[in-house]
Order: sequence, then structure tokens, then C-alpha cells
Amino acid sequence: MGELLTVNMGPQHPSTHGVLYLELKMDGEIVVDCKPHLGYLHRSIEKIAENRTYTQFIPYTDRLDYLASMNNNLCYCMAVEKLLNVPVTDRAQYLRVIIAELNRAISHLVAIGTFAQDLGAYATPLFYAFRDREKIMDLFDSICGARLTYNYMRIGGVSADIPVGTEQLIKDFIAYERKMLIEYNELLTYNVIFLARSKKIGILSKEVAANYSVSGPILRASGVKWDLRKEEPYLVYDKFDFDVPVGTNGDSWDRYKVKLDEIEQSLRIIEQAIGGIPEGNPVSKVNRVFRGTGEVYLRTENPRGELGFYLVAEGGFMPYRCKIRSPSFSNLSVLPELIKGLNISDAVCVLGSLDIVMGEIDR
Amino acid sequence: MQNSEVLQKIKNKFPDIVVEELPNALVIPKKALLDIARFLKNDMSFENCHCVTAVDRKDKLELVYHLYSTADHFMLTLKTMVPLDDLTVETVSLLWRSADWLEREVFDLFGIKFLGHPDLRRIMNPDEWTDFPLRKDFKSANLIVRPQSQGLKG
Repeated sequence: MGELLTVNMGPQHPSTHGVLYLELKMDGEIVVDCKPHLGYLHRSIEKIAENRTYTQFIPYTDRLDYLASMNNNLCYCMAVEKLLNVPVTDRAQYLRVIIAELNRAISHLVAIGTFAQDLGAYATPLFYAFRDREKIMDLFDSICGARLTYNYMRIGGVSADIPVGTEQLIKDFIAYERKMLIEYNELLTYNVIFLARSKKIGILSKEVAANYSVSGPILRASGVKWDLRKEEPYLVYDKFDFDVPVGTNGDSWDRYKVKLDEIEQSLRIIEQAIGGIPEGNPVSKVNRVFRGTGEVYLRTENPRGELGFYLVAEGGFMPYRCKIRSPSFSNLSVLPELIKGLNISDAVCVLGSLDIVMGEIDR
Repeated sequence: MQNSEVLQKIKNKFPDIVVEELPNALVIPKKALLDIARFLKNDMSFENCHCVTAVDRKDKLELVYHLYSTADHFMLTLKTMVPLDDLTVETVSLLWRSADWLEREVFDLFGIKFLGHPDLRRIMNPDEWTDFPLRKDFKSANLIVRPQSQGLKG
């Protein structure tokens, strides 16, 4: 072993998916040690939550995992609903499922596109993914008026019913996206260079994954068939028929493949839900300001794993404490374990396959 | 599985430890934390330390662990009280590696020191900072507390 060289990767680096700073100890091309430094995006959202009413805090959850804002909204609103025993209408539950699954699909599209870019497939896969994502963002724009920070879910329902004709647009998207998934498979999945770069790289075993509390597609890629939507169904997920894709080796390619397969499963859920949306009013009739007591810890299956909200209410208009357990935080903590002994280019591959969003890590 | 079931098993194993049962949590004494945590992980299949956090109760800090058992589909809320004059707790990060970063976060935001932690540094805020922002007595000019209003009635 020669002299160790310290390489600072980030905070500004095209492949760190945000402002992440990795302090790498290198022996030639080999990573010997890795120390992640977080906090460049720290806004202390948990403290802000203590100074906002329950409803006022919903827009802040958009800024956690900004690629899956709807899912964050959903988890927070469900936590408050559980805390205060707010009922949700059937129509709102169906709309929530559809919207959350659409958001999951486009979040995975970004993950796939950026992962391919990290491996050196510049522009093309990323642009393909963003092209598909654009359709859903336009749809969300027509539903809630925003393209990225939606603030659509409300405590007790959603902010507005979907516009007339949205169902047809979603059906068109499903048919379109199914064709595109075939294209992704042809373009990327079994591409020789792609396989050579991502197969057997950064293998995460089941035991290590459980010990680090890794969740979501990263956990499933290691062969653990665990999906909260199946294991502890919330909303109306138990009414739908869908599979939980799992990987076999737990390497970077499996993590990519699980995400790609999950898009298809999301489309299946949307397809079933869109046919059975009950009539009714999805808009809540809940006071905008209210008090609560008690505490609740609620988790939902986000695109990146299990998002948890721990709310403590002491009778005031604002939560006494709001802890956000973000999936990327736990998923990133396993990174030093995975990249020790790899080339620096493979470390980029592993980081890309973990699919982190710094917004919810630093909070 | 229920809280009472876990409580009974802890009582059988550690007869002289006083465990308090709340509606949705178990409160254990600080000194017994590591022993009970090891028992929960090794003998009771709580293999996933989902979340570690703290709540400032003004006269003391409340440390909250959310432990999950995949086999039983059960989330256990384990609490321990940390007095303000002795802000130290034994670390559980050697049992559950996920607690490593989560404990660093608690240290960063609340100032609880975890004894035996392999790498106890601030995780989000600058290392040289001396404040603990999630304590209730932390005041910042940027943090404007909105007056409590009834707002609009829906």
C-alpha cells in the first residue's frame, strides 16, 4: 500500500445528486475509506414545524424529497389524520393512491436516468426519462397548479378534485409508458456496457441492509420481499393486485432493475384504481387550525423507502415535536460500507444506484 | 404482538428493572438501556432500529427509539428520560448500525452525548457551533414564532 491520498468529492460534483461531500481516502484508484459530510442543505425543517400550524407545514414537506413531493405530503397528512382521528373520504383515498403512484413512477424515472448518466451514458437515457416525466408533471400542473412542489394533499383529503378528462390522460400515459419501458429495457437493461459497469458492483447483503435500516427498492434489490404497501397496507392498497419486484444479488444493477420493474407495478395499481374511483367529494371539510394531543409514528412506502413522521402534540395549535425519518438518510449511511475496496468510478456507480435526495437527508 | 407482551418478557428477563408502560410506549431507566436493547435485538427479533430521536420536555430530554420487528410486524416505541444535568447515554450504534447516524443527529440537535459511539461528531451543523437548535430554549432571530390565531373557520 502506497501513500494514501485524500480526494474531496463534492459538495459541488455532478454525480453526487445534490450537495453531498465525500471525503475519500484513496490508494491509487481504490477507495480505502469514505467519510460522508452532510448538512449543506440543512434548513432545520423540524424546528420550523414546531412554529407552524399543522396545515401550514404541508408545503414544507414538499421540500424534503423534492422528486416525490406528493408522497411526502401524503405521509405527513396521514400522520396528522391518525393523530387527530380525521376521516378521509373514499374518493380522496383513491385519488391519493393514483397520485402517489404516478409520483413514484416519475421519481423512479429520474433515478434511472441519472443512474445511467452516472455510468457515462450521457444525455440520452436522462432525456428519455425526463421526456416521460414531463407528461406527468404537466398533469400534476393541471391538478394542483405546480410542477415540482405540489402541496396537493390536505389533512382529511386533497386540495381539489381532479379536472374533467384527467382519467383519460392518465390512461393514455399508462399505454405510452408501457411502450417506453420496453425501450428502456432495450436501451439500458441488457446493454453490455451497462451490465459491465453495474453488475456485481456494490453488493449489499440482506443482513447489512437490515442492520442499517435500509428500506425501499434498495432493500428489495438485496432479495428481501418487503413493501409496506403489501405488509401493512394503508389507504386502499389492499384492494389492488400488484407484485413486489425483488433482486437476487443486491448489486447496483439489481437496484436499477427493481426500480424499473416498480414503474410497471405502479402503472398496474393506477390502472386498477382509475377504473374504480368512487363518486363523492375528495375535498376535506376540516378546520384549518386545530389542536391535538398525543403522539403518533406513521410510515409510508415512498419511492426511496420508508418515510416516517413522528409527531408529538401537546394540545397547542402547532406540533410540539416533528421528527422526519427519511429513507435516504438511512440508505446513504450504508455507502461507506459498500464502496470500500472499489474503484472511484464504481463508487460513483454505487452512489447513483442508491438514489439519494439530499433534501430529505439534510432536512 | 403488544406492548404488554414485550413488557412481560423484559420483566421476566430483568426482574429488578422498573419499566413503565404508557399507552403506546415503554419507558425504561437510562442505566438499563443497553442491556434491554441487546435483549430486544438478540432474543426478541427487533432487528431494525427504525428511528432514534429526542423530545425536549423542558425539565428533561426524552430519548425515543422506534424498533421494528419484521417477523411480528410490530413497531416498539422505547423511551428513556435523560436529565439535563447528565446528558449522557450509552450508545446502541454497535448493535444497530443505523443508530450511528441517527444518534449523531440527536447529538447535533439536542446535545445528548452517546458514550462509546465510534464517531460522535455533529452531522448537519458546523462542528464549531455550540448551540443545540431543537432544544426549546434555543432562540434565533430568524425564527419568528407566529401568534396563535383562530384563523378562518372552515
